[in-house]
Amino acid sequence: MSAESFRIGFLPLVDAALPILARELGFAAREGVEIELVRDMTWATVRDRLLFGQTDAAHMIAPLAIATALGRDRPPVPMAVPFVLGLNGNAVTFSAALSQELSLGNELGDPSEIGAALRRAVAARPTAAGRLRFGVVHRYSSHNYMLRYWLAGVGIRPDEDVEIVVASPPFAADALAAGELDGICVGEPWNSIAVERGVGRIALATAQIWRRGVEKVLAMRSEIADERRDAVEALVRALHHAAAHFVEPANAGECAHLLARPEYLDASQDAILRAITDRIRVTPGSEPIHYPDFMFQYREAANFPWRSQAAWLYSQMIRWDSGRYSESDAATAAGVFRPDIYRAALTGTTAPLPGASSKLEGGLGEPIGAGSVQGRLMLGSDRFFDGRAFDPDDIESYLADLP
Amino acid sequence: MRIAIIDTSTTRAAIISDGLREAGLDDLVLIDPGGALVRQVEAAQPEVVLINLENPSRDLLEDFFAMSRALARPIAMFVDQSDAEATGAAIDAGVSAYVVDGLSKQRIKPVIDLAVRRFQAFSRLQRELDEAKNALAERAVIDKAKAILMKRRQVDEPAAYALLRGQAMRTNRRISEIAEAIVTSEALMGDME
Repeated sequence: MSAESFRIGFLPLVDAALPILARELGFAAREGVEIELVRDMTWATVRDRLLFGQTDAAHMIAPLAIATALGRDRPPVPMAVPFVLGLNGNAVTFSAALSQELSLGNELGDPSEIGAALRRAVAARPTAAGRLRFGVVHRYSSHNYMLRYWLAGVGIRPDEDVEIVVASPPFAADALAAGELDGICVGEPWNSIAVERGVGRIALATAQIWRRGVEKVLAMRSEIADERRDAVEALVRALHHAAAHFVEPANAGECAHLLARPEYLDASQDAILRAITDRIRVTPGSEPIHYPDFMFQYREAANFPWRSQAAWLYSQMIRWDSGRYSESDAATAAGVFRPDIYRAALTGTTAPLPGASSKLEGGLGEPIGAGSVQGRLMLGSDRFFDGRAFDPDDIESYLADLP
Repeated sequence: MRIAIIDTSTTRAAIISDGLREAGLDDLVLIDPGGALVRQVEAAQPEVVLINLENPSRDLLEDFFAMSRALARPIAMFVDQSDAEATGAAIDAGVSAYVVDGLSKQRIKPVIDLAVRRFQAFSRLQRELDEAKNALAERAVIDKAKAILMKRRQVDEPAAYALLRGQAMRTNRRISEIAEAIVTSEALMGDME
């Protein structure tokens, strides 16, 4: 078997782990695939390299893959997501001053309670000039949608009552320190860096907003997924095996060491290790708190690209871009996620394969066995913090019901 | 046509603006990469924005273009669908361009072609500079290794060089690699007699 080569773009974040491990630990080579990694500093550059063929695939924020397929701000390019690189792994961090004003404790709080305190802080700033400012990593990011979902859910209008701007994660801690931002919603290790520098406190993990929120995906142009189908399936298998290795507690130290290297994250190995092992230090110097679902990379077929997850992202895209629901756009968005490729790649392995391609999101309060065409599949609670559920077949009434 | 140039390399920004001026495009604004980016772009009211691909502020800038009502006309990335090769060439060269809505392709194309050529010229210059630096460093290492051999083996300079070259040929390595090995081992074991 000849080595099929993939150039994969990524940003230095903990959830870029799977392609990095697949390359470094031989999972790719075992599937006859060669991975070359291309590190960038902005999602715009990751996207441009992907669209113009400098890379074959990319570690990408899921909503950006959908926005690209829908042609938001530019001509549409058909996209394919055969594999989800992880769920959640982000946090909401407030500046030291705002944390004090909200009397944040030394643990992760309750989203509704913190939300109520934040609403009072927002009400105390009635003028546009005095509004609280929050930074998210990209307009088309799960960070933006999670933060907005939470704010709207606790009675704060994201575009009127506060200001949400785009902030580059490497500069987020500086912005908190300088008072340019009052809060950030970013991935690790950037929250931890703000905490360690004493400029902020982690208020919430995004997993508290949506327990099973889709985060980064492996994105590629549909053309590549079609033309190099066998190689793409081999790549999916390599990433699947890398994920199994990544979540094994005994391997955490080795993984953190690899990811910390200058050519990958170039960041503190300790902070990376804490993120990998779901331990978060919410205040400077305190003992890390164990929050089991902080990052979700493998169990419960977490890498399976559920079309309903893409549909939820589409619903939030029109919710906040003041767009109108369109059946064909909804179909395009859901069609970006490709469970068919995932299934074909992993048939015959030990991976549990869901029978359905879409599900009710946020409908599970208790772990439950789910229908599978291969292996035994258990799904844990996937609740949204406000208890709402999303039916991908009825996006319009879901949107009409939201605050 | 006002063109704003945003580049983390001030040298490259100067090279590009020189090129544009020579081509008669002299309504230029150089954005200070250390200052508040969005405020500067907002004040400049450009019709074309050239920015280096690897600039860490691109996500921020794209968001500003998408959301801003401060600019009279919306700005979007220049993606020429009828000539995808042109945009691809720009990405390859390491430059991206944003243009205001409605600006004709005939007016934009020469600006981008010029920026691409200047970016490529800059990369070439940088490569040549790196090579020159490397060559200098190699020369210095080879000279050091020669001096070590002359002292240790009591030979003259041509003989020391012949030793280096002979070893390089036998082991199929570069002379500078052999020289580096000698200098390193001398640093570690030079005082062992």
